[in-house]
Amino acid sequence: MISLSGLTKEFPGGVRAIDSLDLEIRDGEFFALLGPSGCGKTTLLRTIAGLETPTSGNVGIGGTDVTGLPPGRRDVAMVFQDYALFPHMDVTTNIAYPLRIKKVSRARREAKAAETASRLSLSELLARRPAQLSGGQQQRVALARAIASRPQVFLFDEPLSNLDARLRLEARTFLKRLQRELAVTTVFVTHDQGEALALADRIAVMNAGRITQVGTPSEVFHRPADPFVAGFIGSTPMNLLPASAEGGELHVAGAVLPLPRDIPDGPLVYGLRPEYADLSQSAPVGRRDAFSGKVAVVENLGTAHLVTLESGDLLIQVVVPEGDEPAVGASAWAAPRPGRALLYRDDRLLTGA
Amino acid sequence: MTRHALATIGRATFFAVVLGFFSLPLLWLASAPFDAHPSITTSLPEFTFGNFRSLLDNPYVMSSLRNSLLQAAGSAALVVVLAALAAYALSRVRVPGRDALLYVLLLLSSVVTGTAAMVPLFELATRLNLIDTHLGVILTLSGGLLPAAIFILKDFMDGTPTSYEESARVFGASPLQILRHIVIPLVRPGLATIAVWAVANVWGSFLQPFILLRDPDKSPGAVILYTLYTEGGAPRLDLISTFSLLYSLPVVVMYVFVSRRYGFRFHGGIKR
Repeated sequence: MISLSGLTKEFPGGVRAIDSLDLEIRDGEFFALLGPSGCGKTTLLRTIAGLETPTSGNVGIGGTDVTGLPPGRRDVAMVFQDYALFPHMDVTTNIAYPLRIKKVSRARREAKAAETASRLSLSELLARRPAQLSGGQQQRVALARAIASRPQVFLFDEPLSNLDARLRLEARTFLKRLQRELAVTTVFVTHDQGEALALADRIAVMNAGRITQVGTPSEVFHRPADPFVAGFIGSTPMNLLPASAEGGELHVAGAVLPLPRDIPDGPLVYGLRPEYADLSQSAPVGRRDAFSGKVAVVENLGTAHLVTLESGDLLIQVVVPEGDEPAVGASAWAAPRPGRALLYRDDRLLTGA
Repeated sequence: MTRHALATIGRATFFAVVLGFFSLPLLWLASAPFDAHPSITTSLPEFTFGNFRSLLDNPYVMSSLRNSLLQAAGSAALVVVLAALAAYALSRVRVPGRDALLYVLLLLSSVVTGTAAMVPLFELATRLNLIDTHLGVILTLSGGLLPAAIFILKDFMDGTPTSYEESARVFGASPLQILRHIVIPLVRPGLATIAVWAVANVWGSFLQPFILLRDPDKSPGAVILYTLYTEGGAPRLDLISTFSLLYSLPVVVMYVFVSRRYGFRFHGGIKR
């Protein structure tokens, strides 16, 4: 278990990378720190590792306060974004390095390295230098080295970002299975929401040094706590439109929608994922619950198209299945599916609409 | 077509002249030691090994090469060790005014062993009882080489990513272990460069050993070369050329050895 309380890290020059942050990560959990670049997620990971000293607050690992301990005595292993494999050592020596520090005999640590390597199908590569390995193999060596140190916690900094797109998917599945098998508490940092949703048991979404939401991938995806999370999660960004509640009706971008009961009148932000609207090219008769606009852009997503509608000075995006894409410049109507939209007031989630 | 040919001929002539300008002294160095009557011109030698025999009759010749070796190796070792530690610290620790410090050191280094500082250096060496000792020469020359060595090595260290060291730190390595296991192997080409450069520098130093050493038994080659004159002050070209050849060989051998052994290569291992 990792527990962070009141953690603050201020860099010289007054930049607050982490701002009085509290977080509990459970035993055996695969936990993602997700956020845009510069949000403090890597600093947080490095603070857990002990590579950064917090300005204030505490870091606890497995029930002991490790705030004052150097990295080597925290019983953690970190895989760096660039893997940091020692270029002058072969794969065996690299994997065995943590054991060398622990003064394990050469024979024992080489046996241990070979065993760990075979688990990650690296047995053929034991005599190679890092420069002679592909990106995916380098990553596996870095993982093997971390595993060989038998830590209480794994810390991964952007574990997949240095792989090419196709390999990344493969490595993602591999990583998830490996973590299940090892059942070691794992924290990883990513800026890729898809990666976080796919890998993690729970996600902490970070923005400007603070955690805006902690939850399971499904919670974070379906009920983002504020417009920032809503805009950040999802492979196509959520439509966030200014709206207002008036006399039991919801007015958004020219459309009138039913308003959930318990919302008082006033301005709102209306959030709708592009996947949760249906586009039609004929005007709905006698209904006002669709957004009307002109097709401005059509982007091919492979099995679907992302259509951007221009409605007044607002842009509304809708995902349209293959074959149904409209022509650019045509008029079209986007009808939100009931129960799928989210309403925010003062940056807080009120309820689904 | 003719203009093109003329240009080619012109360029070839130019390079031939330049090449000749630089290769003639080398040819002299290769032929004069084996010439029975060497002059300052290069010619086909009247072949003999007699020059080597008369050179070895001089009691100081072989010992001077030993002294050169001792002083060069001592200075190189001192410079490499001290510069590596200083450069590592300067590269990894934020010190206010670090760059200014480095530039001032670099500026002063040319003064420290320069001719201008010889009097105070001599005075200092006298008070420290370092006159006429190898240590005195080694310390003086090292002092002059250190700033530039630190400057160059710091650049090498800046170029190696910190994630190697951080990775080792997370596995529990101590600072000295990190230096031994990770940093030194990584900057070994840099250390080799500094060592070679220091040896070459000390090997060619004349003024400092000339002033700091009294006893010809302790003088290095550069100083002994200066004594190879007749009583009348005329240069003994046979001895000078032969000694020059002997004197330059160790440095050439060192260059070949170091570039074979360490080569200036880098293995990678950081994914960019």
